[in-house]
Amino acid sequence: MSDPVVDNAVPSGNSSVAIPTDISGQILDLDEDDDLEVFSKGTTLTEGSSFNASMQTSPASLINQYKFEEEEEGDADTKDIFVTVDNPESIVTAIETFVTYRVMTKTTRSEFDASEFEVRRRYQDFLWLKGRLEEAHPTLIVHPLPEKFVMKGMVERFNEDFIETRRKALHRFLNRIAEHPIFSSTDDFKIFLTAESGELTSHKKQGPGFLSRMGETVKAVAASVRGVRNRPEEFTDMQEYVEAFTQKIGSLDKVSQRIVREKKEHLEELKESGPIYTLWSQSEEELAEPLKRMAGCLDSCCKETEEQVKELNDHLIPVLHEYVLCTETLKAVLRRRDNIQADFEAKTEALAMKKADRDAMRVELDKMEDRMEWANNALKSDWTRWQKVMRTDLRSAFVDTAERNVNYYEKCLAVWESFLHSQRTEAEGNGKVDSS
Amino acid sequence: MADSGSEEIAVIGNTDLTPSESENNLKNTMVEKGTSLLKKMEISVAEAEKRTGKNAVNMQETYTVYLIETRPVDAASEGTNPVPDSLWRRYSEFELLRNYLLVAYPFVVVPPLPEKRAEFVWHKLTADNMDPDFVERRRVGLENFLLRVASHPVLSTDKIFYSFLTEENGWKETVFETGFQAKADSRLKALNATFRVKNPDKRFAEMKHYGDELQSVISQLLRVRARAADRLYGVYKVHGNYGRVFSEWSAIEKEMGDGLQSAGHHMDAYAASVDDILEEEEHYADQLKEYLFYADAVRAVCRKHELTQFELEMAAQDLISKKQQREELATGTVRTFSLKGMTSKLFGQETPEQREAKLKMLETQIEEGEELVKERKTECDEYVKSAWVDIERFKEQKDHDLREALISYAIMQISMCKKGIQVWNNAKECFSKM
Repeated sequence: MSDPVVDNAVPSGNSSVAIPTDISGQILDLDEDDDLEVFSKGTTLTEGSSFNASMQTSPASLINQYKFEEEEEGDADTKDIFVTVDNPESIVTAIETFVTYRVMTKTTRSEFDASEFEVRRRYQDFLWLKGRLEEAHPTLIVHPLPEKFVMKGMVERFNEDFIETRRKALHRFLNRIAEHPIFSSTDDFKIFLTAESGELTSHKKQGPGFLSRMGETVKAVAASVRGVRNRPEEFTDMQEYVEAFTQKIGSLDKVSQRIVREKKEHLEELKESGPIYTLWSQSEEELAEPLKRMAGCLDSCCKETEEQVKELNDHLIPVLHEYVLCTETLKAVLRRRDNIQADFEAKTEALAMKKADRDAMRVELDKMEDRMEWANNALKSDWTRWQKVMRTDLRSAFVDTAERNVNYYEKCLAVWESFLHSQRTEAEGNGKVDSS
Repeated sequence: MADSGSEEIAVIGNTDLTPSESENNLKNTMVEKGTSLLKKMEISVAEAEKRTGKNAVNMQETYTVYLIETRPVDAASEGTNPVPDSLWRRYSEFELLRNYLLVAYPFVVVPPLPEKRAEFVWHKLTADNMDPDFVERRRVGLENFLLRVASHPVLSTDKIFYSFLTEENGWKETVFETGFQAKADSRLKALNATFRVKNPDKRFAEMKHYGDELQSVISQLLRVRARAADRLYGVYKVHGNYGRVFSEWSAIEKEMGDGLQSAGHHMDAYAASVDDILEEEEHYADQLKEYLFYADAVRAVCRKHELTQFELEMAAQDLISKKQQREELATGTVRTFSLKGMTSKLFGQETPEQREAKLKMLETQIEEGEELVKERKTECDEYVKSAWVDIERFKEQKDHDLREALISYAIMQISMCKKGIQVWNNAKECFSKM
């Protein structure tokens, strides 16, 4: 590991160092090696791009790389990777049936061997990617994946709507990863986008995978029992924020779903009234025409309402739902950060008590301290990034919803105005008193 | 018109109007055009009040009374605006008036009263007769009823109606003195006629059928409308929850706070706006309800025709059989089986004197029968004529009113859409500041 940039501030891939008992640190090393490899190809990256300073792994530089105000302005212009998820297909084998999605990548990044890639991935693969990213970066915030199963409504896994909803969510997931300064430059991400199925399978088999996750969970439980002594205030603030945010976003999700339900029920009633006016028109002479028009207007309004409900389901509800899932991620991230600190605190205590091996322990302690600092800073930066993204996502979701509601009312307005117009011209034409 | 100015109170079966006169009045049936009564006097039901008192069985009861105000037209236009004459009436008195008019003018499609109990309600309204919203809508309905009667060419001339508007005390007794209740056709009689009538006027049969259809279709509409109103209420009110959550959420956000907070206010406004919307829709429902009840009144006129026609047919039938009897008696042939014939066979023929007496009696009866048939035929023909005139008047009124109701519904929907556009545009602006 001869990268000159790496200094002693970070537990890098120096294999002579005693491996810390915390597995997550070990994983960190591995990924960093890979990342180092990628960037040692001597590429010149554009100024201000998210990949520029990523391999200067000192905490300070890490913080710097998150300050991408410049990037925000010309995001679309400086975007050098485009990922889409589409074309779901059912695959039937002797053992199982599952759905694969086409993942297409277009990029100008030089670490990619080509500029276009097309692979097929199944949900499990996305799950694997997420797990890898979380293991490698325990205090960074990974955008949530759509859930494995949908409990409500008993949706079948192979139901068209379910697959489409999932596809959209997977698309968003990958795009969030691609937009993330650290995640998008990981090896795992690149492999996910480019490797053929066989290649991916063998890559998956390397690395810690399932066992390490188990280990982490056990450790997490143990750590939570141990508790953190001096949590910095900003993380306590984050915790409080996350708790409050969880409640609010949960409420918004429920309210929005309730609105959809009520609108659907209103629609059912509305659908019945048109035919009644048509029926009535059959008993009438003078009134037949306005009654028929009335029925037509109601039917048009029904169509618009149906459209409005569909759009709520397709656009607002999924976004809110994703942020509900986000809260779990946020809680997990905060927990993991706490664990890292708890580990360090425990080690510090142990050092105070032990007489022998002090020097070795001190070295280890320093590493853990660095690791903790690194994790804290990573979280702080990613927190800011996450808040920006959340704000953008939710703002545009609500703005779009408001706009669609305006459109809905405008269309209904036009329907009724044309009805009025028809009646008024009719009255002028006939003259009121003389009946035809 | 028919108001001869005499002190006669009973005007039962008054068909003083000649066909040509009533034809002229066809053109003047719109409330705007006005009858001579409306030209003299402004009528309104201004207020409603709760009263308690002892009822017929000496028990305490609470009821509502309505203030009827009448005002001479000239005074108002002169700008002096004197205190109007007024009196209090309760719903049961309105019912009494209407029942009287039904009996006195069976050929008229008598305007209906607002419903006795709230029906086709959606959840927000209670079916409670004491509920202030219900009382208010009833007040409007009663005023509408009075104006309908006052603008009817025939009904507006009725003295009982006039005294209903002007004489608080003793009006009830006056109505009872007309003895109208005795003249009312029993339900059984009417039902019997409906089943057994042979040749009713086709137009009336069609009109009755129309009445059935109108009632059915409007009932369905009102039911669906009530359910839809319920649902719409739910949709709007749930948005109020957005308001609450946005407000709470804004407390934990820094940059998003202001946008969220103000968006929340707009959501609250949106949720609140449904109350006005549904109140206006209630007005539309009331307009439909009036014609739901009018359908009943139309059917009543048709049923009366069936009754008069049936009575004519009965009288004619009776005459025919009497004539047959005479023939049999005169010629000595027994055509039809009759008890008399049988008894005479069993107990011997009658004496010539007996036969003579019988014949004479039959002759008288036949004469009377022919008179009766003539009378009933005239009654029937006149009824058909005047009833059809009023039905035509009603049809024109109905076409006009219902078209206006549809138009006002469209206007209501337009207003609702405009409000929605405004609220969501405002919300959109707030959201974009999030």
